[in-house]
Amino acid sequence: MADLFIGPDYADGVEIAAVTAAIGDDPAVVHETERLVIGGGARRHERRHLLLPALHALQRAKGWISPGGLNHVSELLQVPPAEAYGVASFYEMFRLDEPESDGAVTHVCVDAACQITANEDLIAEIEAAGGRVHRSPCLGQCERAPARFVQGVGGPDHVPADEVVVERKIPQQGDSALRLLKNIGLVDPTSLASYRQHGGYTALERAIELGSEGVCDAVVESGLSGRGGAAFPTGQKWRAVAAERDRPKHVVANCDESEPGTFKDRVLMENDPFAIIEALTVAGFATGAENGWIYIRGEYPLATDRLRHAIDQCRGAGLLGADAAGTGHAFDIEIRRGAGAYICGEETALFASLEGFRGEPRSKPPFPTTHGLFGEPTAINNPETLINALDVVLHGAAEYRSRGTEQSPGTKLLCVSGQIGRPGVYEVEFGTTLGQVIDLAGGITGSRNLAAVLMGGAAGTFVGPEALDMPLTLEDTRKRGTTLGSGVVMPFTDEIDMTAICVRISEFFRNESCGQCVPCRVGTVRQNETLVQIQRTRGLTAQRRDLMGDVGQVMADASICGLGHTAASAINSALALGLIREAV
Amino acid sequence: MTDPKATVSLTIDGRRVHVPAGTSIHKACEAANIDTPTLCWAENLTPVNVCRVCVVEVEGSRALVPSCARAVEEDMIVETDSERVRHSRKMVLEFLGSGVDLSQADELAEWVDHYGADLDRYDQPGLPAQRMNEKPKIQDDLYIRDYDKCVLCYKCVEACGDDAQHTYAIAVSGRGFDARISTEFDVTLPDSACVYCGNCIGVCPTGAIQFKTEFDMREAGEWRPEDQSVTTTVCSFCGVGCNLELHTQDDRIVKVTSPTDHSVTQGHLCIKGRFGWTYVQPPKRR
Repeated sequence: MADLFIGPDYADGVEIAAVTAAIGDDPAVVHETERLVIGGGARRHERRHLLLPALHALQRAKGWISPGGLNHVSELLQVPPAEAYGVASFYEMFRLDEPESDGAVTHVCVDAACQITANEDLIAEIEAAGGRVHRSPCLGQCERAPARFVQGVGGPDHVPADEVVVERKIPQQGDSALRLLKNIGLVDPTSLASYRQHGGYTALERAIELGSEGVCDAVVESGLSGRGGAAFPTGQKWRAVAAERDRPKHVVANCDESEPGTFKDRVLMENDPFAIIEALTVAGFATGAENGWIYIRGEYPLATDRLRHAIDQCRGAGLLGADAAGTGHAFDIEIRRGAGAYICGEETALFASLEGFRGEPRSKPPFPTTHGLFGEPTAINNPETLINALDVVLHGAAEYRSRGTEQSPGTKLLCVSGQIGRPGVYEVEFGTTLGQVIDLAGGITGSRNLAAVLMGGAAGTFVGPEALDMPLTLEDTRKRGTTLGSGVVMPFTDEIDMTAICVRISEFFRNESCGQCVPCRVGTVRQNETLVQIQRTRGLTAQRRDLMGDVGQVMADASICGLGHTAASAINSALALGLIREAV
Repeated sequence: MTDPKATVSLTIDGRRVHVPAGTSIHKACEAANIDTPTLCWAENLTPVNVCRVCVVEVEGSRALVPSCARAVEEDMIVETDSERVRHSRKMVLEFLGSGVDLSQADELAEWVDHYGADLDRYDQPGLPAQRMNEKPKIQDDLYIRDYDKCVLCYKCVEACGDDAQHTYAIAVSGRGFDARISTEFDVTLPDSACVYCGNCIGVCPTGAIQFKTEFDMREAGEWRPEDQSVTTTVCSFCGVGCNLELHTQDDRIVKVTSPTDHSVTQGHLCIKGRFGWTYVQPPKRR
């Protein structure tokens, strides 16, 4: 890389101090003399992953990223300013123009679960009181809609709902059948001692007894599959990374939960953070990876704090570090905060984001098991999958398979919200029917009839009331043309204007497309435009139906990643179910 | 590492094709005399596979595959003219044409006809399809950027960065349909890292980045490609020996390119070769 050209704007003291506090002030390249320069391309490459934390520091310090601040970070990390600007402008939480007024910005969710509540009144109320509002995509707090997240300026971010002490954390509190949620409400999420008292870190001990191959075997035998939506066999992934001889290797916890309607991983991270650290350590041990990473969405401040605290405690207790928990194996974990981009939940986009580039996915193959984070072998799992793996290691594959069905063993976390009596995270065995889940969650609210249930989030599909008998398994949902996805179950009654819900889903994809490939960048816009037109004119003409079919097909066939592949699926299902109507 | 001497056999549109291992599907199609539309692909750049106009159907793959970036595999079965492929290619062209000014994207026009793409069907009464809506950025006398014609193929970013110039004056900014090629904070080119090598002009497939001379002549209605001739010569500025192609109209140089297959330049030049020809001809007197 040639010498960088940096423009004439300089950072002020506040910005410099904020960046120094976040990433230090060690320059990537030091010009000792005209002839002696310390640090070259390799060192620039090594430090680039600090770009995102540095941008976060600037944003928090001033409420925006100024040209001077960007130049400072660009120079420090030797990232071309145009590229740093490209990265900063990619994320929802970063501003690149000076705000008119100081103070925190309240993000209010406008996605489905909040759309059917009084979120517009809340926005009006905050604005009337002189507050700044940002209309946000799903904030992962669907069980307490309408959701709010306050982005601080000069101070930390916070979620107002976290300040309210809720006695019963989850609806199934105390149920002895719980496997994944068993610690919630029982273990103090801020105390390693409490976690250990309740059986914490026995799975890692068991893992050491089994050996890394034994752990991989158990996970393969258990039939555990990824809980993020793609349902890839976890054991196969771990085994593939374990077999890689390239070093270093990584395990990544994908905590960028952003699928509209999904909040299970937040509940796990906030209430059982040590389990995620333990599970990631087990994954590191099983795959032979020395680096653990947690990439968590920026709108989860409490979960971030709890995980950070848990890592510190574990490191202090020797459970992470040079000889992590006596495994004879070095393993440590770093946390990275996302900055508001749904696409960064896609694994390859997550890697790009973490590495300090725009969160643009890349074509697979090659797959992360060989070319993952920094192009190195990587196993990436979300918290729910990781916690399942703990259960497998501790109790064995056979015991694990005693629950659920042959093809979908174990239990599943469901994020139940929308028009439901007791919204929240529920743990059920695979095979429980949709109707049973809705009953478990207190049934639908209101006196009207169930019109549809959104399964799997915005990237999932709607099903009608006839699907209430559907067993929730991978195989049954696939057979019925729907998906469990990330576990979203969101019922709507016939008093809801489903056309409006669909317009918002299409707007969500329009806003969240990274813009890299043509089918998704333009297709999500054309899909949204057509739906807006249908809504305005109440005209679902044959021509518009064809147009949406054509747009949906090219997105599914020719997009680079899963965002484009699924951007039309909910809309298509709504059309098939007759939820988008000619007239109301 | 693939053995450089190994040969891979695959089937493309029912025909058996043999190519060296590591060849892209796109190149294998070329070897089989099958034309493939491309936009973001170029001989002298790393494939980014973002335009998706070159997609093909590969047996066993759920989604279509970008032929420019995917290497052939033994016994791969590729379809380049299936209904799904034709649909995707047509739709990509429609998507681009409905939002971007493709009037100077000469290579695409043929494909628009070939696949029967209808560029106007997205405008709805009272709600015209969203377009780029950009005004030309004219910031100096050497070249202009007209992002209304930009298809975001990333070629200029690659030529400015890792693939040729290593200047990194421009990058993709924003997200989704609002993504644009931009300098930091959209500062003007003279205020940016730009060194005016013009390699971005050389790779732009749609005329979004073009010589100021060409832009002015087009505006004045004086641009007549049919009356232009191309003379290949060697740049006179230094000893590297870059080949130049001087495009002349009415005996005046109107723009300069370099052949992409030239071993020295691979199509890329520096400011002197690209723009240093004005001494040949005094400013036009009117």
